[in-house]
Parts: sequence; structure tokens; C-alpha cells
Amino acid sequence: MPANFEVVIVGAGPAGLAAASAAVERSRRVLLIDDNPAPGGQIWRGEGRQPPRGVETWLETQVLGPLRPGLLMADRAGVPAQISYEKLILATGARERFLPFPGWTLPSVMGAGGLQALVKGGLAIEGKRVVVAGTGPLLLAVAAYLAKRNARILLVAEQAPRQRVLRFTANLWRQPAKLAQAFSMGRYLALKYRTGLWPVSAHGNGKLEEILLSNSRRLACDYLSCGFGLVPNSELAALLGCRIATGEVLVDEFQRTTRERIWCAGEPTGIGGAELSIIEGRIAGYAATGDRHSATSLFTARMRASRFPREMDSAFSLRPELRRLVHPGTIICRCEDVRFSQLTSHTTWRAMKLHTRCGMGPCQGRVCGPAVEFLLGCAPEGARPPLYPATVSQLALDRQ
Amino acid sequence: MIRLRVNGKPVSLPEGSVVAAAIALSGLDATRSSVRGEPRGPLCGMGICFECRATIDGQPHQRTCQIPVRQGMEVSTDAG
Repeated sequence: MPANFEVVIVGAGPAGLAAASAAVERSRRVLLIDDNPAPGGQIWRGEGRQPPRGVETWLETQVLGPLRPGLLMADRAGVPAQISYEKLILATGARERFLPFPGWTLPSVMGAGGLQALVKGGLAIEGKRVVVAGTGPLLLAVAAYLAKRNARILLVAEQAPRQRVLRFTANLWRQPAKLAQAFSMGRYLALKYRTGLWPVSAHGNGKLEEILLSNSRRLACDYLSCGFGLVPNSELAALLGCRIATGEVLVDEFQRTTRERIWCAGEPTGIGGAELSIIEGRIAGYAATGDRHSATSLFTARMRASRFPREMDSAFSLRPELRRLVHPGTIICRCEDVRFSQLTSHTTWRAMKLHTRCGMGPCQGRVCGPAVEFLLGCAPEGARPPLYPATVSQLALDRQ
Repeated sequence: MIRLRVNGKPVSLPEGSVVAAAIALSGLDATRSSVRGEPRGPLCGMGICFECRATIDGQPHQRTCQIPVRQGMEVSTDAG
């Protein structure tokens, strides 16, 4: 028997929590789902955020895909579940973009947010030598957090050129709160922060020992924490048939997707950060429960909040040199150990999958897809069920 | 403190920690071996990349970065 709800929200990060608090004002049957063990998404991980009162919350729950319109198949902490909804709000967030370079598969080379998440999850970082590299303000946030946990931050390497970063920082004057944020992190780490610098390769025997930087310097370290921006998690939206353009879920002013009864808020509609995600989440929550007035009242705030991400996007765009780090033997698809040289003779994502198994492992292209898109210019098309590896017994529920 | 075992080795860490942290604490850098036998460790820390997967209480392919440690857990890694 499926569990029945009026509004089902997938994702309990900033957008999902905001959607839930708006939706619960008019509906008593709101379900909030997240695959993490706690609400808050990636950005509020470990901060003890609570779902709004009156909202039923299922954690460690993963949506595997739709069974038919209005019905989702899920895995709730290892137990198969069916969830029926009248309205669905997708707040599936974003993941980090990983770029391959020689040695990126060595243990202790991680995502920027990835290392932070693991330290929040109890990974001992005290006294460890850490290099944070990649692009965007996230690097400073991660470095500041790790430094507070007594990691030895050796370097924060920002790939964007100095002038762009300076121009971006100057623009922050228009956003005093963001400026304060940038400076309190900046002072702390100012001496370790370098622009126009990126890792070229990582080396070590069985684990990371040393990295080579674009200025030809070698640096011994225990962790390399690397983030090259964020990628929207649009797989569930794609599977539900929502229209997606350049990786982003298309929505109207009420955050409604091109599919009946499905709304989308936050990063899947375009990377915008927590502030914008919260506003979009509230609009979606109100719109889905028929409160168009409250939804409309947030349109101006949404417009204001979307300026910052646009500026960030242009300041921290990825430089072409990053495409040339890979060697023919560099592994691109980590699940199936597919090397760069195996991919270059194919021109579509589909051909790569069929001929090399690239993107066909358990991550289903979530890591290599954006990398291949950046390196070779062909993007993964659509998504296939189940969204995550599932057991036969979970899938067999379909036939009950 | 939560006590569990990683490849038979006892480790203990605070409640709220994840299994991937327990594996690192046990002295392992890698959580699995890749298709071609390379050592791999956690990458994304958020349940996307599946590099941190290991066997927990007999259940294979569990994403250890997403699973909180629980008293008496038995974790085994194919790399270990």
C-alpha cells in the first residue's frame, strides 16, 4: 500500500525545508524526503536543522523513480516504499563538479565540500596538511571550516584569474552581508589564498602524498580537497519528464515545471546558492498549495537574490587550461575505470556508454557526466530508472 | 562513544559520525578496489559517487559516507 500525501517534497536542504514550511501552512499532509541521515542538505549539514512542525519527514530515504504519474518508488532505510502524491516539489539540490587530472583517483583526493562533509561526519583532520583547490567562494568556506577544526591549510588555490576575483569582491559591496562573510573568511586565510593557480596532477603510492601545481611547484600534503563549482541534480526531474535545458530544470514564475503537478526549487533550476533556494522553495510551497498571493509576494525578493549567482558564475568560469590536464591514460569514469583515450573517438555520450561503459557504474554518470561534458563537449542525455542502484526485491514491488 | 569493528579491528568514535570516518580511523585510506584493482577512497562525501562503498553487517555496497555509525556494526572493505 502506498503512503498517501498531498504534497511530497524531495530534498530537505534550504529549498526543500522552505517549501515544506510554506506548504504546511495550508496542507496537513506534507511529506519531506531526504537521503541523508539528517535534514539541512549539504550546506547546513551537521547544524541540527529541524523540519517544520506538522511535516512528516523520512530520512535516509531515496527516490528510485516514478512508477506512474502520482506514484514514486523509494527505498526507506533499506525498506522498499511507495509514495503517492497530489503535488510534487523537487528540491534535489546540487553536487560538486569534479574535474579529472592525473592522480585524481588516489585516496585522499576529494571534493571540497566532500572533505568538509566527511570532517563533519567525524573524519579526524587535526594536524593534517590540506590543500583546497578549484573555484568559487566555497573553497574559502571549506578552508575556514577545516582550519577551525585544526587542519593545517597549506594553500587555497583558486583557478580564476586575480582580476576576476577582485572585480567579484568589489561587487560584493552591494551585498553587505556577503561582504562581511567574505572578509571574515578572507582575513583568516588571506595568506594562503592564491588566484590563477590550480592542481595539475596528484601523486602517491596507494594514497595522496604530493601534488604538482600549475606554477610548477610541488607540495606534499595529506588531503587535496577539490571543487570546480556545482552541478544541478536534475536526474529525478528528467525521469519524471520535466523539460531540462543545459542541465537546468525549466520552471515558470511559480516554480512550476513543464509537467503537471510538479514544481522545482533551488539548485536544480540553476545554481543560485542558499538564499535564492529558500525563496524559490517558499514560492513552490505556496504555489503547490494554491496560495498564489503569498507566492507572488516573493517574486521581487527572488529577482534580487538571483543577481549574486549570475555575477559569481561569470567570475568563476572554468579556464580552458583545465581541459588539458588529462593524459590519455587518466581515468574519467571511476566506476568502470574508463580512460580518457577510450572516449576520444566517440562523439556522443550514448556512444561512449555503449562502447566503453562510461557512466554505467553505480554513480550512473553523476561524476563522469559533467567531466565528459567539460572535456569533450557532449552532455549526458536524460536519466534512466532506477535513479540509484536498487535490489530486485525493491523493483519487484512494482508488480504488486 | 560508538564502538564498531572495521575488518575485525575495533574502533570507537563519537555518535553522529559516519562509517567512512570509522574506516579512516581504522587506518585505511582506501574503502574499495576499483574494477582494475586500484585503491579508492571517498570522493564526494554526499552519497553520489559510490567510491566509499563497503559491506556493513553483511550488506554489500553500502555508501559509508551517508550511514551513521551504530553500536556493534561490522564493516568490511574489499580493499582491506
